[in-house]
Amino acid sequence: MGDGHAVTLTADELRRDLRDGSEQAARRAHIPPLDDADLEHLADIFLHPGRVTGVEPGHEVILTKDGCANTLYSGQMSSGVGVPLSREQGIRVMERAFGFDTMEVGHPDYSFKPAKPLLALEQLTMEQAQLDCIVPLFYGAMPNMGLYYRPDGPFDNPADLLPDGRVEEARDAQLEAADRLRRDILYVARGMADAGADGIDLDTTASAGDAELLASLQAVEQIVATTDLAVEVGMATELVLGFHGGLEYGGRRLAGMWPHQQLAAVEAAGAHIFGPAVTTDTGRTSPWNVARACTFVKACTRIAEIPVHANVGMGVGGVPTVEVQPSDIVTRAGVALVEVGGADGL
Amino acid sequence: MSLCHALASGMGGIRTAGDLVARMQLRKMRQPQARRYVADKLGVGVIDLTDSTLMRELRAELDIGVVTGVPGAAKGIAAKMNIAELLDVPVGCVEKLRTRTRRT
Repeated sequence: MGDGHAVTLTADELRRDLRDGSEQAARRAHIPPLDDADLEHLADIFLHPGRVTGVEPGHEVILTKDGCANTLYSGQMSSGVGVPLSREQGIRVMERAFGFDTMEVGHPDYSFKPAKPLLALEQLTMEQAQLDCIVPLFYGAMPNMGLYYRPDGPFDNPADLLPDGRVEEARDAQLEAADRLRRDILYVARGMADAGADGIDLDTTASAGDAELLASLQAVEQIVATTDLAVEVGMATELVLGFHGGLEYGGRRLAGMWPHQQLAAVEAAGAHIFGPAVTTDTGRTSPWNVARACTFVKACTRIAEIPVHANVGMGVGGVPTVEVQPSDIVTRAGVALVEVGGADGL
Repeated sequence: MSLCHALASGMGGIRTAGDLVARMQLRKMRQPQARRYVADKLGVGVIDLTDSTLMRELRAELDIGVVTGVPGAAKGIAAKMNIAELLDVPVGCVEKLRTRTRRT
């Protein structure tokens, strides 16, 4: 299940849930559902009797990861396992022991706002890690525009203003916060370019809605124009929320964008990798959630001109929203997003 | 969870050619194109890129870093200097090193 509990399905129930999950995504986003061959392939993946499964040889993809080594030394809030390792040691472990294709340096709070005043320390970590490791190294952080609102930040909180009907004030506050966010992302990115990073990962983008996405896209434009960094934009969820509601990018309204529309905006901004996120429904089965995620991701990979790395961590990509992940579903979700969704990476 | 994905779906990083293909994705190549590019540069087939036995030997021969601890083998940024030349792509930290050591 989407909440991690184990259930038993008959083959007919499995196929019903796969089709239903795909059709739900197709109806909502006005995209094609998975065809019969895709659904049968998904059924094969779920009916595999082994506890874990894997892609066919030759179908392997590139892994990028938000936070990376943070999940080794961090605590419960980041699904961390509390191992006493430094970030540099963690990166080496992920590279050499776990066989990851890329790695990241990231602040423990993993947002641009707290990383900004510590940029010099973050640059030192990047420089040292680049001397030691071989795989490409990103700097990763979340735009996380919610941190710019009171009580955590300087701007009025739209969540306080909107219930009072102060719509224009809420919109103004979002635009002020978005401008500050854009400048902070750019400041950190340029610092990381100076430190020799290979790329920058904007993770969980648009978590605070359309104004956050606008700030992120504008930052991407400027990063691409002024540095040699590769830019990955990973999203927060499948639908961009319209907390502002009136913002556009390239003539397209940002609020209400589905993953294939988000991809077009991210490509137009000049990013190098797009990470669609599809949130798991905890009340549905995992086959239903995986089929739904594959439908959204396939709508991206059909048209993408840049690599698509599907988000497949806790609570997204069909992976259950639960602290300790069932390995059978995690491996099946990843394999499905690659072999049915057509993802270039996870 | 990370380890699940690495084993089930990942290319294998420096165990195989995952880091090399990743570098081409950073240049906007999608996976089939990136795999083909790296395979051509290495002179192997696309299917060989995730053959850990073959890639272990080839990586040692090309001195682009191996996953085991081998004295004398290129490590870290030294391996990346060789990778930049092999793939014919600039690597940011390598360019910084060249600038700081006044090497071209």
